[in-house]
This record gives sequence, structure tokens and C-alpha cells, in this order.
Amino acid sequence: MELLFASAIGLLTAGGLYLVLRLRSFPVIIGISLLSYAVNLFLFGTGRLVVDMPPVLQKGVETYTDPLPQALVLTAIVISFGMTAVVVMLALGSFLSSRDDSVNIGPETPPEQENEA
Amino acid sequence: MSHWIIAPVVLPAVLAAILTLAMRHHPPLQRVFSIAGVATVLVVAIGLTMQASSGAIEVYELGNWPAPFGIVLVLDRLSALMVLVTAVLALVVLLYAVGTGWDQRGNNFHALYQFQLMGIFGAFLTGDAFNLFVFFEVLLIASYGLMIHGGGRRRLKAGVQYVIYNLLGSTLFLFALGTLYAVTGTLNMADLAVRAAEIPVEDGALLRVGAVLLLLVFAIKAALLPLHFWLPETYAEAPAPVAALFAIMTKVGAYSILRMYTLVFGPDLGATADLIDQLLIYAALITLVVGMVGILGAKRLGRLAAFAAIGSMGTMLIALSGFRPETTAAALYYMIHSTLTGALLFLVVDLVRERRGPMGGAMQPGPRMAQHGMIAALFFGAAIAMAGMPPLSGFVGKLLILDAVRGMDEVWLIWAVILVTSLVAIVGFGQAGSAIFWKVAPETGEEPAPAPQPALPLVACFVMLGGIVALSVLAGPVMGYIEATAVQLHTPEGYIAAVLNGG
Repeated sequence: MELLFASAIGLLTAGGLYLVLRLRSFPVIIGISLLSYAVNLFLFGTGRLVVDMPPVLQKGVETYTDPLPQALVLTAIVISFGMTAVVVMLALGSFLSSRDDSVNIGPETPPEQENEA
Repeated sequence: MSHWIIAPVVLPAVLAAILTLAMRHHPPLQRVFSIAGVATVLVVAIGLTMQASSGAIEVYELGNWPAPFGIVLVLDRLSALMVLVTAVLALVVLLYAVGTGWDQRGNNFHALYQFQLMGIFGAFLTGDAFNLFVFFEVLLIASYGLMIHGGGRRRLKAGVQYVIYNLLGSTLFLFALGTLYAVTGTLNMADLAVRAAEIPVEDGALLRVGAVLLLLVFAIKAALLPLHFWLPETYAEAPAPVAALFAIMTKVGAYSILRMYTLVFGPDLGATADLIDQLLIYAALITLVVGMVGILGAKRLGRLAAFAAIGSMGTMLIALSGFRPETTAAALYYMIHSTLTGALLFLVVDLVRERRGPMGGAMQPGPRMAQHGMIAALFFGAAIAMAGMPPLSGFVGKLLILDAVRGMDEVWLIWAVILVTSLVAIVGFGQAGSAIFWKVAPETGEEPAPAPQPALPLVACFVMLGGIVALSVLAGPVMGYIEATAVQLHTPEGYIAAVLNGG
């Protein structure tokens, strides 16, 4: 189980990094999502992998699974979900205003365009 | 247990909600409430600093859960100092934003500004590593909105880069926290310090991995080379008041480095000894060189100010990497100086850009601006302070750093780099100043009279300059507080005892 879990995290991270380096906004966003899946699984694994154990410490229960990483994962999921929504909106706005989905900014604009805002 | 500690976090949070819900369509009301809110936080921050200056460490247990089970906010000298600097900066920058009308160039500026402050204050006050992550996210989410305030094609593009870079940073932060939790089973900073010290050196491999991952995350925030790529474009393209407020954001990274690597991974911890400072010192030296050379090579004022910010982070982190009370004190003084100066530089650059119209920040001679002499004087003051020439605080700060690093192995290298790069910065600023202020394009005869400009932005800039002058004149008392802060940081036993014994 540990091997499967660890290689899943590794694969997700590798895929995510590869996509982020593509420097086009759509692959980059997918890459960030993959990375956030990887980190969520990773956080989940930090409480050690056990099967069929109660997540609380009770009298009479000798072995249990650590509940804290599950709370951490929940927080991380919510934040990464919100962040993904923000970056999608931003990337869309950027694409619509410049008709270009490259993440690179490109050459400097001539001075007369700088203060257009 | 005093409840004032949480005020800098709760007050902006509540105010931001009120600003969005009740005053959405009343810009004058928004301005009044926003300024009043920041002024109140400033008063609270002054009170907290006076409280902390006694040397006592105040612990606030959220929901009354004792540490390490609940989240704690901790007020020590360092936190109080950072909150105070942020509050001063925030008030002046907000006055500038209102005076220039930047706040009305898009929606919800004031609400986002308050959320930004909430995140920054929270990051400075929290005593829990995961809570630090959460506050980082709060300040980042608000900064994404502020960054693209006012819109524009280039700004949106820079915003996308900024968001992506920081999302990757957040992912790395979670990996680092996960690693630390897996090794120690806790995320409370004081508890982390206790557990990390109990791990035998030969089992410290994972701990080292966690420490270095965490350093990378903070280095991204502090714009340390080679992780600084997000900064020049972001700062140059962000609205000026936002860029000026971001002057404190890089310091959040520096603060986190200082906190984690004196408290948890201190110089005495066997597993990470000689690892962090060696990584940090060379990265900081290169950061300084790249920042100052960037000043020399910048073709536009916005990028010049951004590279000046990178350079001053480099100078500060050189001193920080000493991890000794005297170097830490010098770094903290330089940190206050670099926050005020960096912000002033961005505000002055904006004054120039607004007045030159289509020419913007390009370094070419243009027509005379409105209040030409006064703006030239402000730029001159900011440049002197940033380059580290006497009599302003940049000189005092660099002198303190040069003096404090004398005990380090790399002292000659540090001296050489700091002194040579100061010269490079002087040349760079001189070039920029003479191109923009000294050489004025010949009048063509039919020049329209410069439009009258509001006074408040200039007042805000002069207040900031006054702050820099005060920091230089009052260097003695300020250093007194800071030296005590450094001593407190380097004896983490007091912090650990205060947190784990319930304050």
C-alpha cells in the first residue's frame, strides 16, 4: 500500500510540474490542480497509513489513525479549490484582454501604452 | 489574557465585510471607514508594542484551547515591531491611495486592502506553523485582487504570473509542513522546537528536508535569488499604492525565516546546524548584486524601484544569515528602513508616472512636471536612503550590518559586495534622476500649463520621508528596542515556556 501511495504522489507531482512548465495558461492550471491533489494525498499520508481504524483516541482503543492530517487536508482542499477558481478567472481575463494564453509577458510595450489603466 | 492581541486580525476582517456589504456604493464612506480602521489598528499596534517592550511574551489561546492542541497567537517584541511597522506603512499608503484616487480605479479596493492587512498581521502574530500557512493564503488572495486593481492588459498578464508563482509556493509550503508533521507530530512552533531538539542527529534527514523546503517557501516570499522572478514584473506593473504596501510582503518572508530558524531550527540544533545559514548567505549576496545591477540596467522607473526592493532584501538577508544577536539586530533595523524606503520609492515613481502622462516611467528627458522641484527632492531623498548614503537611515543600517558581520567567516566578501553594490546603486539612481529630473526637454512653446495636482499624495510621501528621517535621528532608541528583540529571539526558551505553559 505504501509503495502504491507514494508512487501515486510522485506521478501526480511529476505530471503537475511538467504541465506547469508548459507556460500556457490551460496546462499550467491543470498542472497546479495535479500538484494540489498530490500535496493533499501527501498531507493525508503524514499521519501514517492505516486501514480500518477509528480516527479518535478513546478508552479501550489501542490503535487509531491520526485525525489531525485529515483536518489539515480539508483546509488545504478548500484553499486550493478557491485558488484554482481565482487563477481560472484571472487567466481567462488575461486571455480575453490580450488574445494570447502564454504565461510569459513578452516584450515591453511602448511607453504610450503603459499608463492606459 | 489580554484580548488586544487579536484586534489587528479581527478588526480588518470585520471592517472588510462591512465595507463590501454596507458601503458598496458609497466611496466617500468607504474611504472614511477604511482610514479610520487602519488608524485604530495603528493605535492598537502602538499599545501592543509598549506592552511587548517590557520583555514579557503574551500568549493568546484561541477558543481557550491550551497549546499545543489549539492555535495560539503570540506577541513578543518581534511580532509587535512588525505589526507596528505594517500599521504605519498601511496608513500612509492608504492616504496616498485616497489622495491620488487610485482606490476608485476599480471595485472593492478598500475591502481587499483590509483583508490584505488582516493576513499580514495574522502572519506576524501566529504561533502555529499551519496557521501561518493559512494567513499566508489570506494575504495572498487579497494581494491577487489588489495586484490587478484597475485592470489593463499588461497588469493582468503580470497578475497571472504572480498568482501561478505563488500557488506553486503554497504547494511547496504544504509539502514542507507535511514533512515536518510526519517527523515531529506537531505544528505548533514552540512544540516543534521541543520535538525537533529531541530528534537524534543521525535520524535528522527528514527534518533537514522539511527545514530546507520551508526555507525555499520563505525565500519565494522574500524574493531571494534564484526564486525572485515573480517580483520585478509584479511590482513594476502593480498599482503604485499596492506596490508600496507589498514592500512589507517581502518582509513577511524574512520575518518567517527569522522566526522559524531562531525558534525551531536554531543555530544549536544538530540536524540543521551550518545548513541554513550557509544556504542563505550566498543566496543573499547574489540577490544583493542582482538587485543593484538591476537598478543600473533598468530602463523604466517601475523596474528600477522593483530591483531596488530586491537589492535591499539581499542586504537585509545577508545580516539575517548570521543568526547571532548582533547581526539579527542590524537586520531588523535595516528591515524597518527598507520597508519605508521601498514604499516611498514606489510612491515617488508613481507621482512621476502620473505627471508625465504618455511618457510614463521611461528614463528619457520629458517636459517639466507639475511641482517638478518637490518631486525631484522626494526622489533624491528616496534614492539616498535606498543607496545607503549619509545622512539617512540607509547609511546607518548598512553601517550597522558592516559592523555586525565582523565575526562571520565571510566578512571580507560581505564587505566587498555591500560596498561595491552601494556604488553601483548610487550610479544607477544618479543616472535615473538626471535623465528624468535634470535634463528637461526643451519647451516647444505651446505647452499646456500642468494640471493642478492634489496635495494629499505629496503629504503622504513627505510623511514617509519624515519617517525615514525619524528612523535615522532616533536610531539610538530604536536600536535599544531592537537589540532587546534580538536577544529575546536568540533565547527561545522564554518563548517556548510561555506558549507551552499557557502564558
